[in-house]
Amino acid sequence: MLEIKNLHVKLEDEDKQILKGLDLTVEAGKVHAIMGPNGSGKSTLSYVLSGRDGYEVTDGSATLAGEDLLDLDPEERAALGVFLAFQYPVEIPGVGNMTFLRTAVNSQRKARGEEELSAADFLKTIRAKAKELKIDADMLKRPVNVGFSGGEKKRNEILQMAMLEPKMCILDETDSGLDVDAMKLVAEGVNALRDEGRGFLVITHYQRLLDHIKPDVVHILAGGKIVKTGGPELAMEVENNGYAGILAEVS
Amino acid sequence: MALADLKQSATEARLAALTLPEGGCLSAARQAALSRVQTMGLPGRRDEYWKYTRPDTLTAAEVIKASVFVTDEEPMFSEFDRLKIVFVDGVYNAEASDDLSLEGVQIDRIADICCQDIHWAKDLYGVLEARGQAPVERPLAALNTAFAQDGVAIHVTGKPSKPINLVYVHSDEVSDAILHHVIRVEAGAEATILENGPAASRFNKCMEIDIADTGKLHLVRAQGRDHERRAATHLFARLGTESVFKSFTLTVNGVLTRNEAVVELLGDDAIAHIAGACVGDGEFHHDDTVFITHDAVNCESRQVFKKVLRNGATGVFQGKILVKEGAQKTDGYQISQSLLLDDDSQFLAKPELEIYADDVICSHGSTTGAIDEEALFYLRSRGVPVEEATDLLTLAFLAEAVEEVEDGDIAAAIVARLEGWLSRRR
Repeated sequence: MLEIKNLHVKLEDEDKQILKGLDLTVEAGKVHAIMGPNGSGKSTLSYVLSGRDGYEVTDGSATLAGEDLLDLDPEERAALGVFLAFQYPVEIPGVGNMTFLRTAVNSQRKARGEEELSAADFLKTIRAKAKELKIDADMLKRPVNVGFSGGEKKRNEILQMAMLEPKMCILDETDSGLDVDAMKLVAEGVNALRDEGRGFLVITHYQRLLDHIKPDVVHILAGGKIVKTGGPELAMEVENNGYAGILAEVS
Repeated sequence: MALADLKQSATEARLAALTLPEGGCLSAARQAALSRVQTMGLPGRRDEYWKYTRPDTLTAAEVIKASVFVTDEEPMFSEFDRLKIVFVDGVYNAEASDDLSLEGVQIDRIADICCQDIHWAKDLYGVLEARGQAPVERPLAALNTAFAQDGVAIHVTGKPSKPINLVYVHSDEVSDAILHHVIRVEAGAEATILENGPAASRFNKCMEIDIADTGKLHLVRAQGRDHERRAATHLFARLGTESVFKSFTLTVNGVLTRNEAVVELLGDDAIAHIAGACVGDGEFHHDDTVFITHDAVNCESRQVFKKVLRNGATGVFQGKILVKEGAQKTDGYQISQSLLLDDDSQFLAKPELEIYADDVICSHGSTTGAIDEEALFYLRSRGVPVEEATDLLTLAFLAEAVEEVEDGDIAAAIVARLEGWLSRRR
């Protein structure tokens, strides 16, 4: 599904290399987790894959189902099936959540040459999905993320994911700012989307999110590279011994 | 030649090109206004109040040619049931207008009133304009009072079933229109007035509004789509106890626009909202100049102005809240914001507060900025193409001003016009 080879990325405005030869393959139907200490390049990876400005790819490639991602605009990547659940979802005053989602769903359909969803079908679908995530009608009417609590913002991200049905979901520290109950709700939302045709890349500092979203593969990212790959037990090792032990072992 | 002499000769040249309508009950008001203009002189470049907007083309004797905008689009407000009063190049057109009778309101033409000896409008025509000359002079409004050939007097005594729509058609490339309307809303009465169209190559419009205790007036205007037209408009409003006045102006295009609003809250618990949204591309200079005086207890005023500017367009805002001694519990709010879609456009703002009461809430803010990159990326990452995402954010920026329009259908019609304007510029 997602194939990243020898990815080198630096900041556009600074001479600072962040990713230094990252290799990663996420298969359809699998959940990969990326863990790593602060500053290892986790968020950079999510932004580079989704097409945010400010980063320069100096070497390597990233493809989704064989299509080169790195030359595409963010909206083109989205239409191909890339979805980033933001660590800090952005508040957009003046744009209704519902309008936003309908525009997003139909823009993607249009880009893929599919028929746009009618207002009635859209409403029916969103109401059902919102209910599962305990998102009430009022939250759908309000401007995007404005006045939402931390938990509501993250649930709103998952709702968008559910509506857009991406091929590749990247979750950037989705657990940050969530209490245990909120995290469970978000994890249930993600688990409901696990599917044979869909890959997941779950970026997190801590093992606890992975208690709820069980990964197939766990990678440790440090110094801009994947330094170790293993099964779910690797996350436990991080939890018990911290990153220091693992980093000492691989260096 | 000294500056004062220059101003005087420019004023004399302009006045010489105009004819003062004679006789009738408005004659004294016109004479008084004429002497006000002669004393003040028309605005010049050095006048502080015209620091950000060049008045030359608004005051010159000659009017500059402005081509008539041709479009298949239905005129604004066409979809609404309304009483239509049409002016073509500033002249009332009976054929295009509806019958002026409507329950709850009496409508007369200024041109007809001029021939009568007695009419209620006599007590309003030029009166609020004259009051509005202090502390800041507004010579173009006095010129209007003196020379306006046409306009309507609207006396709202009940709650008319539909809005009154003043339609300003521009048909002659070289036209100079001067219209003056007076509106009196009686106690407990309520009406909506819609205005739309560019009116002429150059338009000087003055509207005097007197709202009695508990009266309500909603004013929504759209200034047409003509690119080359110029307009100087004045709105003078006087509000009684518990009265409500809400005004919203949509401006798209127009090479030069100066909209002045002068509002006096004279009765306790009155509410005045003055709002505007404008979008300009290229040769576009748009000036909102507002002066709100609180002279009673527990009144509320809101000024909400939003400007979207691109390709070297200029936006100006001069807004003042004056809270007089004794006007306690005043709630005054003023916001003026611009969204600059490139580095060539500019926004000039002069917000002012002058407060002589000690128990008031007054806030004001003015910002200028570009499209929020974070929000833009968020929308794009969800698949919304960059042009559409930019438009969504632009409309979101304008939303606070458009929300001042109380009627949801009218607000939706305004949003649709803004969407059209934006989508034509992708």
